[in-house]
Amino acid sequence: MSPAPAPAPLDLTPAPAAAPLSRMVRAQAAFELRGMLRNGEQLLLTMIIPVLLLMLFSTTRLLDLGPGEPVDFLTPGVLALAVMSTAFTGQAIATGFERRYGALKRLGATPLPRSGLIAAKTLAVLAVEAVQTVLICAVALALGWQPRGGPGGALAVVLLVLAGTAAFSGFGLLMAGTLRAEATLAAANLVYLLLLALGGVVFPLSSFPGAVAAVLELLPISALAEGLREVLRHGASLPVGSLVVLLVWAAVGLGLSACFFKWE
Amino acid sequence: MTPPRHAAVELDALVKRYGPRAAVDGISLRAERGAVTALLGPNGAGKTTTVEICEGYRRPDSGTVRVLGLDPVRDARELRPRVGVMPQSGGVPGTARAGEFLRLVAAFYAHPLDPAALLERLGLTAHARTPYRRLSGGQQQRLSLAAAVVGRPELVFLDEPTAGLDPQARHATWELVAGLRAAGAGVILTTHHMEEAERLSDQVVIVDQGRVVARGTPAELTGAERQLRFRARPGLGLDELLAALPVGSAAKESPAGHYLIEGDVQPELLATVTAWCASHGVLTEDLRIERRTLEDVFLELTGRELRP
Repeated sequence: MSPAPAPAPLDLTPAPAAAPLSRMVRAQAAFELRGMLRNGEQLLLTMIIPVLLLMLFSTTRLLDLGPGEPVDFLTPGVLALAVMSTAFTGQAIATGFERRYGALKRLGATPLPRSGLIAAKTLAVLAVEAVQTVLICAVALALGWQPRGGPGGALAVVLLVLAGTAAFSGFGLLMAGTLRAEATLAAANLVYLLLLALGGVVFPLSSFPGAVAAVLELLPISALAEGLREVLRHGASLPVGSLVVLLVWAAVGLGLSACFFKWE
Repeated sequence: MTPPRHAAVELDALVKRYGPRAAVDGISLRAERGAVTALLGPNGAGKTTTVEICEGYRRPDSGTVRVLGLDPVRDARELRPRVGVMPQSGGVPGTARAGEFLRLVAAFYAHPLDPAALLERLGLTAHARTPYRRLSGGQQQRLSLAAAVVGRPELVFLDEPTAGLDPQARHATWELVAGLRAAGAGVILTTHHMEEAERLSDQVVIVDQGRVVARGTPAELTGAERQLRFRARPGLGLDELLAALPVGSAAKESPAGHYLIEGDVQPELLATVTAWCASHGVLTEDLRIERRTLEDVFLELTGRELRP
């Protein structure tokens, strides 16, 4: 065995100063992103389940998805599911455990401000959503998906996804910041399943009774799925109704979580 | 003109209650820069609460707290880059790798230490790619220490920095603390470890039930008082021995066969004890004269009973 190298000299002289905010946020966002892409359970929710649902129901006739190609109905719904899985489910569970293990408290003692932490988390969520979108679109195109909407539609899709991300993040953080980590884990997965079943993701809302469907349409997942469907399947320019529903959810969720989030 | 240099920490009549119980019950203290101040006390004495008030995590119910001359809550933004914090445990996501986490924290500061060099100094280089949750308790402690100092703070708070460390890791921690002190940083640490307080600290503040019960340098606290200990057969007539010793001396046998003589231990006293033993045909073993340790002082002040 070679002798241990002499300890490197460290200049411990105090030289305190915060890094520029942009550098702090970039570093934290990259850290969060690596954490999300390393987490097997999260990848199952965010990548594998959406892609499997898309492949299963596009290539079979297990569900009555109405006239037209199943993949054209399913792809917008699965994109909405992907946004929910990352912004809501994944973020709620990860943040809940960070809070439980004191990671948020510890970050509170560093120069990274809370607003910077939220910005970093949002950037990481958007980056994962970008990966999901590329993956799901590639699979969908391979299955014969023919998106409509053109360049104007792409802008509408971006707006809907941003509004949906804000809405889901607000409630994900609310849950993570108020419940115990174990309760967040259970509740976030339950909500994921319920909204997957009830939110027009793979089961059309038209298969519910009219009064029920009218209520379900107001869920954030339904608004996002229906909005994306309007653009990508029917070529609408901007589904204002869906966008407004998402923005209301976003305002309520972010407002509540700003009021009630406990950092430790 | 240079601006006035504030003390590292100044607490005046600090009180923090949880329900009817005062966790901190009127603590005052002053800790300097370039010095190590140890808060020593039994579990539940109020050490961590005191430190967390200084870190801005809690507001006191009354009293004042100044950290580097600033209010830890109101001036949090200005203080955060200047103060390093090592919590008692945790604080790192379980899947984060050690080196990755330290580089993240380093990126929050303008002039950080080199994370790789710091890992090396604390013996963590081989674990740089290990996820936090797979590190041993001692490795987690050292990573936490590294994260507290990587930003080159003026002041660091270390909450039980060597709890659960093996001797090598403890010495590496002590050397780093000594290095910080020599470089002019203020260090406030809490500990149960008497040797740690005795070796590292310029000032020891003994806290019990939310109050300061003693303070001073380790030498001041242990005093000049010496004591004489020896072993011999049990049941010696201590009253007779005591009569031969100077007034004010004390002698006791505890446990059986272990004798302790306290008082003004001078050469004559030693001669008196050995002469008395010789005249009674007693051969002493392990006869030694020692100073009181900080542990003796601590137990005297905070009692020997186990705390509920």
